[in-house]
Amino acid sequence: MTEATLILYSIYIFMLAVFVGFEVISKVPVQLHTPLMSGTNAIHGIVMLGGMLVLARAETALLTWLGFAAVVLGAMNLFGGFVVTDRMLEMFKTKKPAGRKA
Amino acid sequence: MNPKLLSDVAYLTSAILFIIGLKFLSHPKRARRGNQMAAIGMLFAIVASFIFIWGGGLLQPGSNAGVLIIVGILVGGLAGTFGARRVAMTDMPQMVALLNGCGGGAAALISTVEFSNFAAGRGEGDPLAFGATLFGAVIGSLSFWGSLMAFGKLSGFMERAITSAFQKFITVVVFLALIATIVWIGMGGGITAFYALLGVSLLFSLLMVIPIGGADMPVVISLLNSCTGLAVAATGFALREPALIISGTLVGASGTLLTLLMCKAMNRSITNVLFAGVGAGPVATPGAAAAGGPAKTAREISADDLAMLLANIQTLIVIPGYGMAVAQAQHVTRELADMLTAKGVDVKYAVHPVAGRMPGHMNVLLAEANVPYEQLFDLEQINPEFERCDVALVIGANDVVNPCARYDKSSPIYGMPILDADKAKNIIVVKRSLKPGFAGIDNEIYFNPKTYMFFGDAKNAIQKLVAAVKAAD
Repeated sequence: MTEATLILYSIYIFMLAVFVGFEVISKVPVQLHTPLMSGTNAIHGIVMLGGMLVLARAETALLTWLGFAAVVLGAMNLFGGFVVTDRMLEMFKTKKPAGRKA
Repeated sequence: MNPKLLSDVAYLTSAILFIIGLKFLSHPKRARRGNQMAAIGMLFAIVASFIFIWGGGLLQPGSNAGVLIIVGILVGGLAGTFGARRVAMTDMPQMVALLNGCGGGAAALISTVEFSNFAAGRGEGDPLAFGATLFGAVIGSLSFWGSLMAFGKLSGFMERAITSAFQKFITVVVFLALIATIVWIGMGGGITAFYALLGVSLLFSLLMVIPIGGADMPVVISLLNSCTGLAVAATGFALREPALIISGTLVGASGTLLTLLMCKAMNRSITNVLFAGVGAGPVATPGAAAAGGPAKTAREISADDLAMLLANIQTLIVIPGYGMAVAQAQHVTRELADMLTAKGVDVKYAVHPVAGRMPGHMNVLLAEANVPYEQLFDLEQINPEFERCDVALVIGANDVVNPCARYDKSSPIYGMPILDADKAKNIIVVKRSLKPGFAGIDNEIYFNPKTYMFFGDAKNAIQKLVAAVKAAD
């Protein structure tokens, strides 16, 4: 595959993801706005993988430490994001009779 | 199977799980499963990266990068998980801001490494990757610093809003400097120019977020969240990693839509939120002061008198606000509601779309206190009922019942749909003082002839009230 084709493919991916992103949450009710924001926040924690890549390929000490910092920040975003979203959504599930302490 | 193919299949699986997860996240019944599916998708992606890096022999021989990757994941993962478990439900908006800042910061750091590689003649260096690197650096820094500012504002570390005409002028100048720096880099400015770009981005994000009032922070966080998504997509372009492009773009697009939906719920436009400088004016806006008129006296009521009033009512609508949540009064409020329900009072909760600090925040907080779902009503459902309602009990809410949103064009919340508490036969406002609320504007409902002010911290006040109602039996 040529260089130009590769670049075009990534633009295809980008374009389709824009449409899917818009479509997929188009009917979200207001009470889910906060958890949804937090959930999407967790998904961009995937940036941690980018940190892993640059760290693996880093050729100088400075770049290694920058990559390491990216991995740490990305991991905080990723793990914190999913845990915090789960805690929020857990609240919605308790519709058991009142009296049971949360 | 070769490692590259194996990891690509795992990335594909994760992309599918992210999309289904997002879909589920926007349905109340399946939301939690949606989040879990996205988390499983992330697990696939992480495994894919390990296969790609270790199986593909990407690690330099003799380098300690492999160890650093694992240590980094452990340190960041533990810190994130610990923080997320400890944070109080009321502080959720700050937490999301902070985590979002982490993601933005990571994207900016990755862009820095990539740019250094370009500058040193390493890496592919096609124009798209180069442009994406700059984009990732600018937008990533914007998310990082902007989120930290939002965190500071919501935690009360920082002044609410600072604005002036001079400051707007400076913002424009800094924006031009940002463009000039990008041109400088394009002309071969090298790493020095890149660091200058990071510095200018910092200045620009501070200038953008400082003038925005605390009440609008949710919209800002949501917007910065989608910015981080786009920054991550940009690093995906720079690193040639489709998994990052897909996930980042998904978040960028859905985050943008979510931001617009939030603005709609608050009846504001996004440009108005970003550039109008709400909550920036003097504490009492001229309009509100005039509406209050000279007879600005509020009636105070004692717990015993209030208990007497509540003993003879048929319908009660509770309007919970952030003040209730921050005082952790939701449990004792439910206790009061249960007692009154037992006496045959019809108790309902009116949940404003932006009650709390973010759309949907109050639903989370009330669910935490086990308030029955059937008692929660949203704005359109409950507003026609206020006229027939004996008592509207406003606990720690302010802007969502401020009548000036209906007519006062000079008010920053003009046009926002409000709960019609002022139409109830009696209004009880539980509040610490007459000071204006989070948006920094006066509320004439306190001086309404039908209003009784019950001063105190929401939790103590309601506890006293519960005791008084018990004593009255």
